[in-house]
Amino acid sequence: MEGLFTTDADEPRLIGGRVPGTESYFFPKHLGGADPRVGPVELEEVLLSRRGRVWSYTTSHYPPPPPFVVTSEPYEPITVAAVELEAEKMVVLGQCVAGVGPDDLEVGMEMELTTDTLYRDDEHEYLVWKWRPVAATALED
Amino acid sequence: MDEIAVLGVGMHPWGKWGRNFTEYGVAAARDALTDADVDYADVGFVSGAVTVRCGYPGYVAGSTFARALGFTGAQLASSYSACASGATALQVARGQILSGACEVALVVGADTTPKGFLAPNEGHRPDDIDWLRFHLVGATNPVYFGLQARRRMDLYGATTDDFAMVKVKNSRHGAHNPSARFTKEYGLDDVRNSPVVSDPLRLLDICATSDGGAALVVSSMEWARDHGHRNPVRVAGISTVSPTYPDPVIDLPYLAADSLAGSTTATVGFKESIGARAYAEAGLGPDDIDVAEVYDLSSAMELDWYEQLGFCAAGDAEQLLRDGDTAIGGRLPVNPSGGLGAFGEAVPAQAIAQVCELVWQLRGTAGARQVEGAQVGITVNQGLFGHGSSVVVRR
Repeated sequence: MEGLFTTDADEPRLIGGRVPGTESYFFPKHLGGADPRVGPVELEEVLLSRRGRVWSYTTSHYPPPPPFVVTSEPYEPITVAAVELEAEKMVVLGQCVAGVGPDDLEVGMEMELTTDTLYRDDEHEYLVWKWRPVAATALED
Repeated sequence: MDEIAVLGVGMHPWGKWGRNFTEYGVAAARDALTDADVDYADVGFVSGAVTVRCGYPGYVAGSTFARALGFTGAQLASSYSACASGATALQVARGQILSGACEVALVVGADTTPKGFLAPNEGHRPDDIDWLRFHLVGATNPVYFGLQARRRMDLYGATTDDFAMVKVKNSRHGAHNPSARFTKEYGLDDVRNSPVVSDPLRLLDICATSDGGAALVVSSMEWARDHGHRNPVRVAGISTVSPTYPDPVIDLPYLAADSLAGSTTATVGFKESIGARAYAEAGLGPDDIDVAEVYDLSSAMELDWYEQLGFCAAGDAEQLLRDGDTAIGGRLPVNPSGGLGAFGEAVPAQAIAQVCELVWQLRGTAGARQVEGAQVGITVNQGLFGHGSSVVVRR
């Protein structure tokens, strides 16, 4: 899925839009709405904060229907976090990395962006952005 | 805002019937016409609330219902605004009446809903945010309900038992509703023991999808008076507002909320703004409300609405529930119909069904689920993609 995030292995970033000269950010750039307080403008492309704090979270105990691609058999519940980005003060959804469940999360916890496999087919591996707790990263290091 | 009269209401019972949606709409429309004692030939405008099935937007609902009832040359429109479609169809009908384009209008919504999660139509559509949220995040509708519920627990100390109590209350109400699909009375343990769908919400916290149909016959106040309707229930306010930028709350079907980085003034929450508009049109406020029908897509969401409609301060909804204020017999009964918990969602019919219930309540004909002395009621609902829906009715 191109144009939504960078795939820099160490520091992936979400690609958003911004009204030039303001702090009105949008994600995805072209599907994130508009600021009616300014006139018609071309949004500039910006890389969004990699870190933010958990606004809320949930875990899906039933496999989502297509176009989601279920990759585990049997289905492993996926956890979704809504994270408020540090600088943009904008809540962005994302799956959490495997192994992170509701017991590992709490509102206000610091999270950072990473990339992970969305699914694979015969030819390609498709990536997506995911959230992981900063504390977990520190432990790995 | 000038008022219009509700002359008749009708519903086809909710269920999982699996038949053509037209059948439910026509049955509801005929019931509403009979209830109104209005000759179908007098209907000058048919306003259909639309569903989307098989990629064919809405089967052009207004004309589908009109043709099934028999074409009379009436003017037609179809409204699509997801769960809010019924309120939009009523809004369009009110506009026709108040502009003088017609005297009597028929508002109909009906749906046949597939089993399981509501999901996008097939195809590869990376330029559609509704497709992307499923594909990239697995963000089904209950995911958003779960996020809201968890947020409520964190902000206000709500418990999963509070959510379950909403279901218990509404099932007690719905047990007395012949149009409801689920008429079993559930206890706390039933909810506690149902499987988790979107943590912290369980199966019995989340509304099912259903088949059903609902209809209203509405007219100008003058036409009502001239035709023997001396004290009809009146529509005093209708809200079909969109959110106001910047809205900091993440809501379906989006991947991100609006940014607050550049905002120095207070924001207006979308859900708060929905009821506010209907109140303003009616010249009424939360203190005037005797009964409410709110969109309990999840049990936790009902608690949010108490606050968003101004029934209590933010964080006090659980207390209102625990005190029994929102049960029939309480100070301000909410969802006497049983709500979505007892109906399941028949998308384009639901906002109309909410109005049907309030009309029965205000007429004093709701039987075992009657809210004594109800004079003013409000509905509230929200459609995917930013469609507000709220109707204030009064006697």
